Amino acid sequence: MVESKHQWKAWLYLAPAIVLLLVFTVWPIINTVRLAFLDGYNSLANVGGQTFTFGVKNFLDVVNSTDFFKCLKNTMLLCVLTVPISTLLALLIAVALNSIKPLQKVLQTIFFLPYVTNSIAIGMVFAAMFNIIGTPHIERLIQSKGIVNNIIEAFGGTHINWINQGSEYWANIVVMVFYIVWNALPFKILVLLGGLQSINKQYYDAAKVDSTPRWRVFSKITVPLLSPMIAYVVITGFIGGFKEYTSIVGVFGAKMGPAHDPGRLNTIVGMIYDALPQSNYGYASAAALILFGIIFVVTMINMQVSKKRVHY
Amino acid sequence: MSENKMKVMNARDMGRVRALQSITKPLVIAGTYAFLLLMALIVLFPFYWMIISSLKSLAEYKMSVPTFWPLQIVLQNYLDAFTTAKLGRLFLNTAYVGLMSTLLSLVITVLTAFAFARLEFKGKNALFAALLATMMIPGELFTITNYQTIYIFGWQKTFTVLIVPFLVSVFYIYLLRQNFLQIPNELYLAAKVDGTSDFKYLWKVMVPLALPTLISITILKMMGAWNSYVWPRLVANDDAHAMITNGLRNAFTDTSGNVNYPVQMAAVAIVSAPLFLVFIFLRKYIMSGVSRSGIKG
Amino acid sequence: MKVVLKNLTKIFPSRSKKAGEEVVAVNNFNFEIPDGKLIGLLGPSGCGKSTTLYMISGLQKPSSGQIFFGEEDVTELSTENRGIGLVFQNYALYPHMTVKQNILFPLQNLRGKDKMSKEAMLERAYEAARLVQIEELMERKPSELSGGQQQRVAIARALVKMPQVLLLDEPLSNLDARLRLQTREEIRRIQKETKITTIFVTHDQEEAMSISDMIVVMKLGVVQQIGAPQDVYDNPANLFVAKFLGTPPINVFEGCVKEGKLYIGDDCVMDVAGAEDQEVYVGVRPEGFVVDENGPMHCVPTNLEVMGRDVSVVATHAASVNPQVRSIINSDINVRSCMESGEIRYTLKSHKTFVFNKETEERVYFEVK
Repeated sequence: MVESKHQWKAWLYLAPAIVLLLVFTVWPIINTVRLAFLDGYNSLANVGGQTFTFGVKNFLDVVNSTDFFKCLKNTMLLCVLTVPISTLLALLIAVALNSIKPLQKVLQTIFFLPYVTNSIAIGMVFAAMFNIIGTPHIERLIQSKGIVNNIIEAFGGTHINWINQGSEYWANIVVMVFYIVWNALPFKILVLLGGLQSINKQYYDAAKVDSTPRWRVFSKITVPLLSPMIAYVVITGFIGGFKEYTSIVGVFGAKMGPAHDPGRLNTIVGMIYDALPQSNYGYASAAALILFGIIFVVTMINMQVSKKRVHY
Repeated sequence: MSENKMKVMNARDMGRVRALQSITKPLVIAGTYAFLLLMALIVLFPFYWMIISSLKSLAEYKMSVPTFWPLQIVLQNYLDAFTTAKLGRLFLNTAYVGLMSTLLSLVITVLTAFAFARLEFKGKNALFAALLATMMIPGELFTITNYQTIYIFGWQKTFTVLIVPFLVSVFYIYLLRQNFLQIPNELYLAAKVDGTSDFKYLWKVMVPLALPTLISITILKMMGAWNSYVWPRLVANDDAHAMITNGLRNAFTDTSGNVNYPVQMAAVAIVSAPLFLVFIFLRKYIMSGVSRSGIKG
Repeated sequence: MKVVLKNLTKIFPSRSKKAGEEVVAVNNFNFEIPDGKLIGLLGPSGCGKSTTLYMISGLQKPSSGQIFFGEEDVTELSTENRGIGLVFQNYALYPHMTVKQNILFPLQNLRGKDKMSKEAMLERAYEAARLVQIEELMERKPSELSGGQQQRVAIARALVKMPQVLLLDEPLSNLDARLRLQTREEIRRIQKETKITTIFVTHDQEEAMSISDMIVVMKLGVVQQIGAPQDVYDNPANLFVAKFLGTPPINVFEGCVKEGKLYIGDDCVMDVAGAEDQEVYVGVRPEGFVVDENGPMHCVPTNLEVMGRDVSVVATHAASVNPQVRSIINSDINVRSCMESGEIRYTLKSHKTFVFNKETEERVYFEVK
C-alpha cells in the first residue's frame, strides 16, 4: 500500500499512543514487578537514600498479614456469590425477554438502566434504603428502620441491622451481594439477549416439532447454544468481581465497613490502594501481582471448564 | 415400525391435550410477564426511592412509617445539595476533565487505529498483539507505578494527572480499528490515485464513516470521567480538582449521626441526572458500544 | 392418518407500512390427504407451498380454515401436541449434540405413559438410524457430516417418534444432483416401509413427479390442480400447470379455434369438435409431435440433438410463444433430409395437445376422435 520509505509516517501516527503507553503502561508493568521483588521497598525511605535487596519478602509480608486473608475472603465470597446469582438471573431475564413481544423494548431499556449509573452515587441510595436512623440496637430509639426493613416487616419478618453500627458480617455481605448483582445485571442481560437473538430460530421450531417440554428447551437447547456467551459473562464477571472496590465504597464509604468495624469489607484492590499513601510500594506491588496471579488462574480455570462445557 | 406408531399416537387423548394446552399457554405467558415486571420493579426501585426521598422533608424522611409519595415536595433539598456538596465546582471540574480527556483520547485513538488498519510498517502485527495483551492486566497493577510517576513529574493535584495517564485505551483502539477495516480498501486506493494525502483521507472519509463508533467511544469515555473515583481520590482530592463522584462521597461520608438524607439523595439525583439524559437520547450508541465489548472475548 | 385441509387460508400483513396491502400466501386450500400416501406440494417460490406445510405443522397459524388429523380438529393445537415429524430445509440438527443424541432427543421428550426406558429408546434410535443407513455415524457431530448424511439424520430424527404425519420442507434442495436422485428414491422407500402419511414441498417438478402418489400444484397461494403425477401431466387443468410440469417443457403457441378447427398461426392442425370459437394458447408436449411429410404444421428446423434412443429436433414456428419449438421423436425416423430441406412438418397427437383460453388460460376441452 504505502511504500516502505514512508514507514516513518506510520510511526508518526502511532507516536502519541506509543509514548503514553510506554510511560503509563509498559513502564508500570516492569516497575511493578521490580518493586515487588525489592524487599520492603518504600518510596520515602528510597528518597532518604536507603537501598533495597532483591527478595520475596514483600510477598511473604502480604501473605502473612491478617489483612490479606480478610480481603481475600471478602473478595472471593463476593465473587462466588454474585457471579452465579447475577448470571442465572440475567439468563432467566434474557430468556423471558426474548420470549415476549409487547413491552419487550421498554423492559429491555429498564433492565439496562443500572448500567448508566455512578456506582458510588447509587451505592449511597442502597445505603439509604438499608439504613436505620436512630440507635439500631435499642428498639425505642429507632426513628426509621429504612425502607427495606419496612418491607420485610410488612411481610411479617423482623427488621435487621444491615449496615449500621453493630451490624453483623453476613448482613453486610447480603447488602453488597444485592447491590453488586443489581449493578451487574445490565451488561449480562445485554450480552445474553444478543446471544439469544442470534440463535437460529429453526432450532426452536425443531424443538417444538419434537414436543420438547419448556424446561428441556431451556436446559438442552438454549443453554448449550448460548454457552459461549454464558462463558463470556462468567469470565468477565469473575475478573470484575476480583477487582470489586467502588461498590463497597458506595455503600459503606471509604472506611470499607460499618462504623464499629472499619475495613471489615475491604478487598484486595482496597488493600493495594491503602498501601499507596503510606508509600509502601513494594508491598502494594506484591499484592497487585498476587491479584493478577489469582485472576489469571481463575480465568484459566474458567476457560478450561468452558472448553469442556461450551459446545462450539 | 408402523404398528408401533399406531400404538404411540392413538394412545394420545387429543381432547385432554387441547384442554391442557389452553390452560398452560396463558399461564406461562402470565408467569413470564409477572417475573419480568417484578424484576423490573426491583431494578427501578432504587431510582424511585432516590427521587422521592430527595423531595421529602427531613422530618418526613425519618417517619417510622415511610411514605411512598412526598407529603410535601421540598425542592429546597436540591439547592441545599448544590451548596453542601459544592456541586457547581465539581460539575465544572468533571466537565473540564471529561471533555479534555475525551477529545484528546479520540484524536489518539483515531490516529492509532488508522495506522493499524491502513498503514504498512514493520512489526505491525506484533505491536498490535502486544497492545491487546495489555488488556488482560488489571488496571490496579499500573496504578502503583503511575502514582509514583506522577509525583516524579510533580503532577499531583492538577487536572493533567486526571487526563493524561488514561488517554490511550487499547479497547477503543481495537474497536475503531475493526470499524476502519470494514471500510473497503478500494476507497483508500482510489483516494491514493487521486493524490489525496493519508491524513486528508482519514479525516474526510474514514472518520465520517466510523462516526457511530466514535460517538459510542465519546459517550463511554465521558461516562468514565463522570464515574471515576479511585484515581482522583489518590492523586487530586483537593477542592480545586475534585471530581464529582469524590465530592459526592466526601460530602456525605457519615452514615450515622445527623445526616440530612433528603439533601444527600438530592445530590445523588443531580449527579445521576446527566447520565440518564445521555442514556435517554443516545441509548443505541451506548448499548451497541457495550454489546460490542461482548464480542471482543 | 389422513390429513384434511378445509378452506385453509393464510394472509400475511404487508411488510411495507402502507396499510391494506396484504399478501395472501395461501388462499382457500381444500384437500383431503389420504392415509399412508406420499404427497408432493409443488410450485414456484412464493406459491404458498411452504406456508401450507408450516400450517400443517402448527408452526404457523392459519388466518382462517381448519386442519384435521383423522377426525380430530388440530387447528388450535400447538406444534408440540400434534405428533408430527418435520424435516427442515436446512435440517436444523442441534449442533451441540451427536447424531445419536439428536435422534434420541424426541424420544426423551415423551412424558407420562408414552415414556420409554433407556434401552427401548436406544433400540428405537438405532432402528431409525438403520432405516436411513447411518448407524456408523451415531457418535459424530452434525458439523462432521456431509449434506446428504445430515439430511438422513434429520429424517431419522423426524421418524424416530413414529409421527402421525411426516413433513419435509424442500428436503433435497441442499444436495448435489447425484445425491438428490439417490435420496429421493430413499425417501420413497422409507415412506413405503413406514406407511406414514408424508407431505413434502418442492419446487422441482421432476422430483415431485418421480416419487409422489399425488401432487398438488400451487401458484400464488391458489391450488391449481391435484392428482396423481401422470394424470396431472396428461391432463393439465390450465396453462400454468401444463407449463410447470414436464422436461423438456411444453411448447406453447398462439392460435385460435374456428368452426371446430384448431389453428396454430396459419396452420390448421386438428379438429377440435365441441370447442367454441375463441383465441387460444396451444400447448404441445415435445413427445406430441409426429414427423409427417404431409403434416399440417410447418416448422423450420434449426438444430438436431441426438439423445440415444430419441432425437430432439429444435425448430422455429412463427406462432410459437417461445423462440424454440422442441420435439422429441424416435431416432429411427430419418430427419436428416428435413434438416437439409429447411422445413419439417408434423401432425400433432391429440392427447398430447392441450388448448387453453387466451384470457383465462383455463383448459378448453374438445372431443378426441
